[in-house]
Amino acid sequence: MFRDQKARIVAIFWVTISFIVLCNVNGQGVVPSNADMWKIIQQQQEEIRALKEKLNMVEKDVAITGEMIEQVAEQPGGLAEGGPSWADKTSIGGYGELHYNELTGKNGGSDLNRVDFHRFVLYYGHQFTDRIRFFSEFELEHALTEDTADGSGAGEVELEQAYVEMDLGDLQLHAVKAGVFLIPVGILNETHEPPTFYGTERNNVESRIIPSTWWEAGLALSGEVVPGLNYDLAYTSGLQVPSSYTIRSGRQKVANATAEDGAYSGRLKWSIPGLELAGTVHYQTDLTQRSLARDSDGLLLEGHVIWELGQFKLKALYAQWDLDSSITGTGSDLDNGKDDQFGWYIEPSFKITENIGIFARFSQWDENAGGRVNSSGGSVDTEKEQFDIGVNWWPHENVVLKLDYQNQYIHSEAGGEQDGFNFGVGYQF
Amino acid sequence: MTRCYFMIAVVALSALAAPVIAKGTYQEPDAFVAETFGGDPPEPSMLWIRKSMQRDIMDIMDRKLKTLRLRYWTRDGRYAYILEEVGKEKPITVGLVVREGEMEKIQILVFREVRGWEVRHPFFTDQFKGVKLDHKLRLDEKIDGISGATLSVRAVTKLARLSLYLFQHCAELNAEKS
Repeated sequence: MFRDQKARIVAIFWVTISFIVLCNVNGQGVVPSNADMWKIIQQQQEEIRALKEKLNMVEKDVAITGEMIEQVAEQPGGLAEGGPSWADKTSIGGYGELHYNELTGKNGGSDLNRVDFHRFVLYYGHQFTDRIRFFSEFELEHALTEDTADGSGAGEVELEQAYVEMDLGDLQLHAVKAGVFLIPVGILNETHEPPTFYGTERNNVESRIIPSTWWEAGLALSGEVVPGLNYDLAYTSGLQVPSSYTIRSGRQKVANATAEDGAYSGRLKWSIPGLELAGTVHYQTDLTQRSLARDSDGLLLEGHVIWELGQFKLKALYAQWDLDSSITGTGSDLDNGKDDQFGWYIEPSFKITENIGIFARFSQWDENAGGRVNSSGGSVDTEKEQFDIGVNWWPHENVVLKLDYQNQYIHSEAGGEQDGFNFGVGYQF
Repeated sequence: MTRCYFMIAVVALSALAAPVIAKGTYQEPDAFVAETFGGDPPEPSMLWIRKSMQRDIMDIMDRKLKTLRLRYWTRDGRYAYILEEVGKEKPITVGLVVREGEMEKIQILVFREVRGWEVRHPFFTDQFKGVKLDHKLRLDEKIDGISGATLSVRAVTKLARLSLYLFQHCAELNAEKS
């Protein structure tokens, strides 16, 4: 538009000049007076001013149009859809890990040469409003499930999380959630994507004492007390331990689970850059869900620290279960020492480069710390120890390759040892 | 009785809660710009994102910028940016001020994620003060993470790198103009 206007002015100008010149040269026209010339110049000045105004307006229009084009380009559905679509409010993610174990059995332990796509996980989430959302975690373990009569299929399909969460209050400091969710305990139970931890396999303390991955159904409240200090409170379904009182075997996984006795969990977590301190108390009035002759309450205490200084990181965790002492005593099914179960580990690590890190871990755990005797009446050494050393390589921040060596010390009467190498590849998105 | 203790604990913790917003808008972007320039913000300038810049931006952000140009505000050697990056699912809006190639200030303006809001606290953002970009387009100092807020930390760190990178081009552009 501007170019046309400008061309017009230029044309008028030159036509006028040419006309004047021609008139003078040929002597055939009338030479305009100074007053006429002044009038013409004024008219032209007015036209130039008007065109400048138009130019400014056009420049503003171009800028606004440019911004609108960018906005349309950035919105997947364009402005015509009038707001975020279902797809915009729905998210997916996931993680997975493939493991290879090359372990040699000692002291009564068995060899293990195995390759296993241990976990294939998909997350689905949906944001109903700014304050209400749904989140789920769907997992296939060991790559295959088959419907066998005795339940001996290689893998499992699990619904580890499926809850609705709602923010509370104008300040949105607190949130309440209902459904199936992870118990707020330990380091790994809630954050266990492979690129986030060292070692191919998860550590035994957070597997045997804290039965990660541990999820239950219930209600939970969480929020921030003061900057950096967060709390979680939950009332959930509970474990149902078998007659061995083994904690890990007590997970019902919210699958037609017995709900005679619920459990209470409370956690305080203090997080600032480079440091996390957290402690959890978990209590269940009857771990047997009234299914065994000798019932037992269960109190789990857990504490951990994660400390980061430059490229150095230290993780340390302690957890212990206190069950009713009446479950240990004389009798064929008793002397198991399961009334006291504990474990701890310490794991220093160092990032050699941005993509490569090395670690060492010493862990100790005992699921029969209350004192176990063998058939001849002698006490059994049930304390188990494991030393791990290894390397993680992250070719991308969300992809990891792991190689580690494990060395166990486990008494033959407590199951024996497995020493050797583990290799894994994992990802998250 | 246990239920009673549970409820008491809930009420007690709620009462202790600090009067700050956990999620949502902490400061409007316009207010951030105005505050940065003492209540008298300059007119915004535009930086066109050239193809050659997108390669570096890809290296920093792990993605290209969708926008064709970026708005920034500058006066007396200070450059202010309003940038966004997704933590896990939702964009975090961050205000950043760069002066002479050094990070002067980072402030989380809008936090929409479900978790990781700890990054809004000064105990995290103060770490960026004085940080510069090295020749590999990385920060010259290590930023300590916050457990449980890894993805938010990662997003804010990327935006710090991006703002320092954009500063180089904005400053160059302004030098040419003057």
